[in-house]
Amino acid sequence: MAPIIELRNLTKRFGKGKETVTAVDAVSFAIEPGETVCLVGESGCGKSTTGRMVAGLLDPTAGEVLFEGKSISKLDSTAFRRYRQSVQIIHQDPYSSLNPTQTIREIITAPLLRHNKVKKRGDAEGRALALLEVVDLTPARDIIDKYPHQLSGGQRQRVAVARALTVDPKFIVADEAVSMVDVSIRVSILTMLARLKQEFDVTFLFITHDLALAKYFAWEGRITVMYLGRVVEDGPTQRLITDARHPYTQALLSAVPEADPELAHHKRQIELRGAEIPSLLALPPGCTFHPRCPYFVPGQCDVAAPPLEPVAEGGRVACPVRKLEHISLLV
Amino acid sequence: MGVIRGFFRWLSTTLKLMTYNKAGFIGFLATCSILIVCLIGPFFIPLDTTTKIDQIYQPPSAEHWFGTDHQGRDIFSQIVHGGKDVIYVAVVAAFLSTAIAVTFGTMSAFAGGKIDGAIMGFTDIFLTIPQFPLLAVLAAFITLDNLTYLGIFLGLLGWAALLRAVRAQALSLKERDFVEAARALDLGTLHIVFRELVPNMMTYIVISFTLALTAAVYTQVGLVLLGLVPVSSSNWGVMISMAWTQGAIFFRDAMWRIMMPILAIALFQLSVITMTRSLELAFNPRLRTMV
Amino acid sequence: MAQNQLDWRTEDNSTGKPPLSLDNVHVGYATRRGKVQAVRGVTVDLRAGESLALIGESGSGKSTLGLAIVRLLPETAQVSPGVIIYRRDEREVDVLKLTPNEMREFRWSDCAMVFQAALNAFNPVLTVWNQTFDTAKAHGWHDKRAVLARLVELLQFVQLDPKRVIDAYPHELSGGMRQRVLLALSLLLNPQVLILDEPTTALDIITQRTIIKLLRQLKEDQHFTMIFISHDLAIAAELADRVATMYAGRIVELGTSDDIFYRPRHPYTLGLIRAVPTVSGGFEQLFSIPGSPPDLINLPSGCKFHERCSFATDRCIQEEPELETVGLNHTAACWNWRAVEEELKLNPLHRGALNVLDPSIILAEAA
Repeated sequence: MAPIIELRNLTKRFGKGKETVTAVDAVSFAIEPGETVCLVGESGCGKSTTGRMVAGLLDPTAGEVLFEGKSISKLDSTAFRRYRQSVQIIHQDPYSSLNPTQTIREIITAPLLRHNKVKKRGDAEGRALALLEVVDLTPARDIIDKYPHQLSGGQRQRVAVARALTVDPKFIVADEAVSMVDVSIRVSILTMLARLKQEFDVTFLFITHDLALAKYFAWEGRITVMYLGRVVEDGPTQRLITDARHPYTQALLSAVPEADPELAHHKRQIELRGAEIPSLLALPPGCTFHPRCPYFVPGQCDVAAPPLEPVAEGGRVACPVRKLEHISLLV
Repeated sequence: MGVIRGFFRWLSTTLKLMTYNKAGFIGFLATCSILIVCLIGPFFIPLDTTTKIDQIYQPPSAEHWFGTDHQGRDIFSQIVHGGKDVIYVAVVAAFLSTAIAVTFGTMSAFAGGKIDGAIMGFTDIFLTIPQFPLLAVLAAFITLDNLTYLGIFLGLLGWAALLRAVRAQALSLKERDFVEAARALDLGTLHIVFRELVPNMMTYIVISFTLALTAAVYTQVGLVLLGLVPVSSSNWGVMISMAWTQGAIFFRDAMWRIMMPILAIALFQLSVITMTRSLELAFNPRLRTMV
Repeated sequence: MAQNQLDWRTEDNSTGKPPLSLDNVHVGYATRRGKVQAVRGVTVDLRAGESLALIGESGSGKSTLGLAIVRLLPETAQVSPGVIIYRRDEREVDVLKLTPNEMREFRWSDCAMVFQAALNAFNPVLTVWNQTFDTAKAHGWHDKRAVLARLVELLQFVQLDPKRVIDAYPHELSGGMRQRVLLALSLLLNPQVLILDEPTTALDIITQRTIIKLLRQLKEDQHFTMIFISHDLAIAAELADRVATMYAGRIVELGTSDDIFYRPRHPYTLGLIRAVPTVSGGFEQLFSIPGSPPDLINLPSGCKFHERCSFATDRCIQEEPELETVGLNHTAACWNWRAVEEELKLNPLHRGALNVLDPSIILAEAA
């Protein structure tokens, strides 16, 4: 069976001439149906741009996105519309992802009616109520005639999920979907998403800057780490979290503040050679992490961009210097 | 039934929000009063057309509220009868220019690329042509003795600045996530423009409409004053024009004759402009659902 | 009335008097819909040299409380009843009675507030140096050379290159650099207390770590007294000596960092901790708190948390609990804290560390 989504050398450049920024640089990976993949990285690493290209909302400069084995740039308009509906996106900010002038009823029924997902106009309400129940907005009757600003952040995010479900998607890009939701209810939204994975056969690409969330959400899945537009490491979550190889992944893991005093005081501190992320306008040659990397090897790291190479324990690492070294995160 | 009840609920929400800004609400009340006087007044107050030699240029009095003109006719009755044509032409013009600006401004922003370039290019060229001389020249070629045609004519010339503003507004809305979500859901361009973008610009559109309205009043009066539009009926512009051509500014006694229509226009404009403060509140989607 | 009783609780084990004492502080906002009760009767002493974290979700009143201390609340806010006393050396001032001029002085020289490093915390048309010197001048410090020397020293302390930063405009700096400049600026006039509102929110992870390291230095080497305000429990775990959990405008639990994270006695604190994942802890089952934070205009009866609480009993619906002692230097406002204690005996909070490396080492050795 073909991967549901595959990226081949996906590249996105913005701007022209000297001002060209390569936001995503030859990213390749595949996602099998039912698999949960987390795309992790700091701001400006290109993870959201990648997500929007996967959702067909942004055209790549080079490379291609394959949906069920077919390149989406080669689809005819009917097939493209089918793909468009099969891949949905959930945005970070539930305050701007719902139109403030529409009631929840209008928001949910518009796609149902447009794509004839219900037999009669009158059935739309019933379907909308059912979808709201699916995302745990109960009782749905109390919610359906409200406006977005009358709901809490968590409730809005659930509405956004229900709206995505109206078109029976097979794949959902969740772009920082819980980072603006209150801490106490994040987990319930993640649990709900995990349930959809089972009930609706939806495959998720979960984009986040928060490694702890990625670890929790994709414990049985995979994590892909991006830095300045490139994938530096990927692999099964449990391997990547316990035995990261790329110095950047290690630096990220060691930097994450821990909500547990003992862990917080026993974290290995990795000293970087430079604190600031280079500008996308002036990327360093070779491995883009080399100016900050504690394991920098002159003459090797600053010459050619290291390729992603497989490691025995699973996944790929773009660091020939450190790919066989283990370090422990706690001391 | 439901529709009627819905309309009344809409109306009561709107009125309640309008009261939140006191100046705006006063503007709203003043606008309503002027409209009532100009639209319903003529049925109750007959237009005074008989020449009364003994009452030429009377100052305001209990009998003649606004005084009398050079033939001793009551100015108040002329003001009451002279408003509806001015307002009618302005409303036609404002509707047309707002419709053009909203439709093409939003389309331009949303379509982008060549369509955007073409629309904006045309708009910019249109904006660089000085409006009033163009009007004057055009008016010389086209006979505008029909009020609706005059309104359409003014509307066709008044959309450009508005379109630029609407486009800017739409461009910023277009970046909002809910528009992207609508694209991902494949809801179609018409849905995105008229269900997602336009409702969020309602405040802006309503205010643009009132501004277009006031602009149309001035242009219209200006054209009439210059005698470029041969409007035969009596209206505020014609009143000023007549007073002007008959040299009313040189007689102290004729002050009321030229001042009253000017005051009527100024008061109408002031009321409408002040009212926009309340409209801003009344069409704010967030406020609407909080009442 | 409580606001007339000035019986300060001074701790015996602390050295000297607390620099900041809050007694029964209330903050309300008048709105069209009614009065928003943002802070409702907060009483707490900030001990000399300690760092206290105020944690809670949006609407818990933590930021409002921070702003109330330096009196930067919007004009519609009312701080009453309540008393805020600040002490430095032999001086003792009632913060709420300071004149606007004294207040400005207080905000820089005694109790500085560091905001989230958004661009709008700066004046966009002033360079870092202009901004600094303007501030210094406003406080009667006109010696350019001395101010410059002080700024260079502070910038070096926050690990910024003074040459690069001094003549830069705010937009030329990255988020992490701006946060460090703000921190340096706040130290300009030697305050005794620092209040940090979401000091790491919206920053990248590696930048967060630099800021955390800096703040640890301030705390451990310079012995600053600090208040951290954050929705992020990790900031409390990384930096705080004591933690106060806030809910619906009140402190519902106050204790040492270890007490709060491993022996919480308030169901809300427990709920928060069980909702947050860690990276290097063992894989844990996480739970959400049901429902959402209460409407601050129309608060529920009794304990404001009872609608979301799995320990709630009839008493919780009727009576609001006050903070009571549940351990040494540990207080919680819950009628059923003993039930929470029992629950923790069954399901302790120590998550342990992730079993690092095991599967991979075996694999690697086999290969």
